[in-house]
Amino acid sequence: MTTDPMRTDIHALSGAYAVDALDDGERAEFERHLAGCPSCQAEVDDLREAAATMADVNAVKPPADLRSRVLADIRTVRPLPPVVERGTTHSSRVRRPWVTLAAAAAAVIVLAGAGGVVWHPWTSSTSQVSAVAQVQHAPDARQFTTHGPDGSTVTVYRSVSLDKAVVVARDLAAAPDGKVYQLWLQDPAGTMRPAGFLSAGASTSATLSGAAATAKGAGITVEPVGGSPAPTSNPVALVAFTP
Amino acid sequence: MNDLRPVPGGAPDEGAPPGPDLPALLQRSARGDESAFAQVYDAVSAKAYGMALRVVRDPAQAEEVVQESFLEVWRMAARYDAVRGSASAWILTIVHRRAVDRVRSAESATRREVAYHDRNQPVSHDETAEAATASLEARRVRSALASLTPVQREAVELSYLRGYTHTEIARMLDLPVGTAKTRIRDGLIRLRDTMGVGSVR
Repeated sequence: MTTDPMRTDIHALSGAYAVDALDDGERAEFERHLAGCPSCQAEVDDLREAAATMADVNAVKPPADLRSRVLADIRTVRPLPPVVERGTTHSSRVRRPWVTLAAAAAAVIVLAGAGGVVWHPWTSSTSQVSAVAQVQHAPDARQFTTHGPDGSTVTVYRSVSLDKAVVVARDLAAAPDGKVYQLWLQDPAGTMRPAGFLSAGASTSATLSGAAATAKGAGITVEPVGGSPAPTSNPVALVAFTP
Repeated sequence: MNDLRPVPGGAPDEGAPPGPDLPALLQRSARGDESAFAQVYDAVSAKAYGMALRVVRDPAQAEEVVQESFLEVWRMAARYDAVRGSASAWILTIVHRRAVDRVRSAESATRREVAYHDRNQPVSHDETAEAATASLEARRVRSALASLTPVQREAVELSYLRGYTHTEIARMLDLPVGTAKTRIRDGLIRLRDTMGVGSVR
């Protein structure tokens, strides 16, 4: 999987990525590439630095009351803790069957079912607005939310009528070097099927590929770049699709 | 409003007019220090607002973008990594992403109903220019931007300041697909080299 024929082409997207000039699909694809390409990551960091200098010549003093609103906002929110390296434990972790996680999944669903999710205004912008909105607004859309120990929030929306599921993540810490977040759909037989990838970040989303209407649940695991045919680590998020 | 930043490579000097030590302020913010965060806001908000205003154009929406972004900065402060770049670039990256997502989602909602037309309203550039003229940093950026070829500069500005994708830019400028992304990258590289920004890894 290291011999990606698109690799050189993908590398050339660094500039457009640095200024958010990629569409959703390209952005997700490039972020998967970035996870395993330190030289691209360094270039993106540099080019973002360069792009940010353009803000110097466009500075405009914001209205004074914006400051008070911002400072009022932060009083209600706790800063997230630093990212704890997860890679060290994952590599040595023994593979565990998904069955043992059923209880955890059930607990998650109780949470989601009880109060629903408070959808704060600042979570409204996501990177896949159209796909996410399409599923969210489907008449039969259901949402399933789980919170990670690092402060991340993962919500899966599924519409049976559209046969589509999307995942929206908040504050998902970067995967360890050489790893990516892989998505899974659990088929009716209980087997986890690869369903694509999710980028890390403050606000990310992805469409789960596969038979969403018949799936029993969805999950996210940390996998080597390129993905795995079956999960090799404990899920960072797991939801069961209850009727 | 636009505090001068230490010249890259030069050590911050106690006697010189200092820019605030943003990495340290972010570190304190991560521990819940609201007054440190207020200083971060004061140092970066004009750049953030001006940039958001260029991208989304509507002042009310630009304010929302900045408000949401700074809340995110507050929450994510512990995750700022000084090795990867300056604190202001990190913050502006968060603001830019939100501004671009905002303008694109608004447009995709509109496009479904009405035929696309250029609904961009002119931004008051006088106000923009006035606010920035005093800044020495701004003067350096202007001359750096002038060192880009006209086509590079056009591509860079259409992407960064207007929020278009490289594919849209290629179409707008009648370029083969793939050309716009190259111009953006080449332009940013030249800007980086002229400004002397970027890490020394």
